[in-house]
Amino acid sequence: MALTLDPPLTDAADPVPARRGARRPRALGAWAAVAPLLIYCTIFLGLPTWALLYEAVRRTNPATGVTSFTAQNLTDSWSGFYLTAMWGSLRLSLLTATISAIIGLATAHAIAQSRGRVLKQAVLTASGVLANFGGIPLAFCFIAAAGTAGEATGLIRKIDPGFALDTFTGLVLVYPYFLIPLMVLTTMPALEGLRRQWREAATGLGGTAWDYWRHIGGPILLPTALGGFVLCFGSAFAAYATAQALAGGTVPLITLRIASVLSGNVLAGQENLGMAMSLNTIAICALMMAVYLPLRARSARWLDS
Amino acid sequence: MAGLVTDTLAAADRPEPAGAAGPPSARSLAERLSRVRWWRVLMLAVVAIYLLGPLLSALWFTVYNARLHRFSLAPYGQLFGASGFLTSVRMTFFLALSTIALEFVLLVPAMVAIRLRLPRLRGVVESIAMVPLVVSPVALTAGVSTVLGWGLNDQGSWMFRLDADLQNQSFPLILPLVYAILVLPFAFRALDAALRAVDLKTLVEAARGLGASWPVVLWRVLLPNLRAGLLSGAVLTLALVFGEYTIASILGFVPFAVWIVQDGQGSGQLPIAVSLLSLLLSWAVLFLVSFLGGRRAAAVTDRSA
Repeated sequence: MALTLDPPLTDAADPVPARRGARRPRALGAWAAVAPLLIYCTIFLGLPTWALLYEAVRRTNPATGVTSFTAQNLTDSWSGFYLTAMWGSLRLSLLTATISAIIGLATAHAIAQSRGRVLKQAVLTASGVLANFGGIPLAFCFIAAAGTAGEATGLIRKIDPGFALDTFTGLVLVYPYFLIPLMVLTTMPALEGLRRQWREAATGLGGTAWDYWRHIGGPILLPTALGGFVLCFGSAFAAYATAQALAGGTVPLITLRIASVLSGNVLAGQENLGMAMSLNTIAICALMMAVYLPLRARSARWLDS
Repeated sequence: MAGLVTDTLAAADRPEPAGAAGPPSARSLAERLSRVRWWRVLMLAVVAIYLLGPLLSALWFTVYNARLHRFSLAPYGQLFGASGFLTSVRMTFFLALSTIALEFVLLVPAMVAIRLRLPRLRGVVESIAMVPLVVSPVALTAGVSTVLGWGLNDQGSWMFRLDADLQNQSFPLILPLVYAILVLPFAFRALDAALRAVDLKTLVEAARGLGASWPVVLWRVLLPNLRAGLLSGAVLTLALVFGEYTIASILGFVPFAVWIVQDGQGSGQLPIAVSLLSLLLSWAVLFLVSFLGGRRAAAVTDRSA
């Protein structure tokens, strides 16, 4: 950091005349503090992303050993085996995100209304752990609960005789375990921001609970709720650890497929398919973010005041 | 149950529908409320069973031996004797420490500078901090492994040596470097919340006015004031690194989470005991830290706000 460039004490004592001359070095010092972060992100975020883009459009011909630019990887990544994995991921994410968004919102509402600070804090921190860091430990807890020798497996098989953790249904049971907490985390601030007076005003004017949610609470929460749904979708779509630990090769999912291509499980010449598929997942998540960010800005406007 | 209409709070707080005792108008309201609460209690109960079930099953599974019909805490005792446990924990701990150090060295000066001098850059850095939510860990790993692969092309060059150093099996430097990107969204939130809570400008001007140099301002004035945010950022990073499986497993390293899975192929109870312990431990630490800050655990609750 170019800290020494900062003007000395005179600036603080007499800001007006000093500022004009000081602006350049001051800004320089600040830039020097920001630069390491930007450079770091360029190297460790920008370079890998660029590598993906570059490798996704290159292919080495296994017969001749010649590498050339081609769109073949991208077309291949949207066909056959790989398309199935993409569909599997999309279906699983949409289904579990929808379930989790609804249950999570209702849970968050119930918790937001409770008075105990300790309870609230315990739920929020537990949600933080489950939503963000669960992965492998979660998978193992579920193996104990609903695996082949699990404690609750018999109970679940009474409802669904063919139930097993390493199937699509199994993952549908497991994914909400980290998505519901994520939904609770994202919607809690907005739910806490709903003023009691709004409800009272609605009741005072003769409105029922339905009227309140239809005309006041609902519209205010809608952006946050949709934003939470988008995040749940993204989180389910990007999940790898849980799926890998539970259903290694049995459920077709895009993240599992990418990892398997990266570890060399692919025909000669198609090594770069993993890059093309990664690029596809980035495109889908970027699309989701493009939906989410404007929604977030909208809900912030109402609830920050 | 705050948030209900104030004049019916008393009725709402009674455990049983108390409408019979009250006047007719309060009675209908109380009935409606009791219906709402019944629905809410049912829903919370279902969610609680779903969320606690696997944890309790895991606990039961680890302490009760079904074949011998005996309770024993042996799996928790075997932990330290398990081959590879201590090595992986030690390695993961140092990985986490390096990630935390790297994260703060990059983020603290940059965010202070942005807050004080370059508010225009806030949006840019915030967007960069969101990118890891779009580029899923699997995609990021695909990119990183491609870049690492480039370095292996010609042996003996400085690129090759750097590459080998980055992928040293006993302490893979590449992991903290990538993890720093992965925790960026969390760390940014935690620090941003902490910076918002203090009057940065006044603090810095006062310190500078009294003759402190910039490093002194950072170390003796800002860091103590940002302690809560830094601590919660550090704990989040620690939890994330301990739970991280995707990147490490695809790149072929064996930190804690990967060790659980590898070890889990053999014995039944041990990996589940480890999983349960790691979940409870990260939750307990986050819970305690959230009280140190005095506020809501900003970073945990606003992963995406």
